[in-house]
Amino acid sequence: MTSILRAQATHFCLANEIIQIPEDPVTHLPRRLFLKNTLATAVLVGVGSAGLFRPGWALAAEWPKDAFAAKQLDEAIRAVFGPGAPSPSTAVKLRVPTQAENSAQVQIQVLAEMPNVEAIAVFVEKNPSPLVAHASFSGAEGYFSARMKMGQTSDVVAVVKAGGKLYSAKQNVKVTVGGCGG
Amino acid sequence: MADIQTKIRTKTQGDMTDVLVLIDHPMETGQRPDPKDKDKKVPAHYIQKLNFSLNGKEIASTDLGPAVSKDPLIGIKLKGVKPGDKIKVTWSDNQGQSGNGEATAG
Repeated sequence: MTSILRAQATHFCLANEIIQIPEDPVTHLPRRLFLKNTLATAVLVGVGSAGLFRPGWALAAEWPKDAFAAKQLDEAIRAVFGPGAPSPSTAVKLRVPTQAENSAQVQIQVLAEMPNVEAIAVFVEKNPSPLVAHASFSGAEGYFSARMKMGQTSDVVAVVKAGGKLYSAKQNVKVTVGGCGG
Repeated sequence: MADIQTKIRTKTQGDMTDVLVLIDHPMETGQRPDPKDKDKKVPAHYIQKLNFSLNGKEIASTDLGPAVSKDPLIGIKLKGVKPGDKIKVTWSDNQGQSGNGEATAG
């Protein structure tokens, strides 16, 4: 991704500084055109290979735009993990306050006590976009903690993927406006 | 903005190691009105990818959204980390900025 961005940036600079176009000694093409084409091809090849060799966005270097854009909880879970509803499990330990005094900093901890945890995702049902964060593991334990923003009182849902199955845990978090704990 | 700090703290208890990452990042959602111009909104600026590696091998990869709080504090756990092992995090945001930090397990 970074390399693509860099390529585009270089491309942009080149386009801006064209005054004279010297001929390339090897290809006999105008040099700038040659560079431009090479860069464009490089970008295409980059995008193509990312798509070909890394199916499933969880492994891909790209950020899952659709999952973060989803407006409904079900839609967001499907966009992250594919079809199949998660089943509630007590092995998913979700630690969030029952009442959040500062809705911009709600501490969340998810601990998955099952073997082979592949991924953990955190959702806030009533946020404009429910998906907060998604973590996929390739060596680390099934644990994820963060601080998150909540728009209003809502259910917080943690979904864990372990051994190809989906598990979830849910808790309601009350957001008090004004932070007086009422 | 170039010098956004990435701090890593590790704590080992038994065979479990907690890794905590703190990044000084605004995490703008893109929905907050601009305090200077009420008709405009502060452009979105948030971390999208945060990857962890142990001695050069990737161990966890996280995707963050704008709903993660300002100055994100992200924690993961590792098993069997030996003293001297290098834990590295790299991140990148939606405006093309990136950063990294490294810590040695104690």
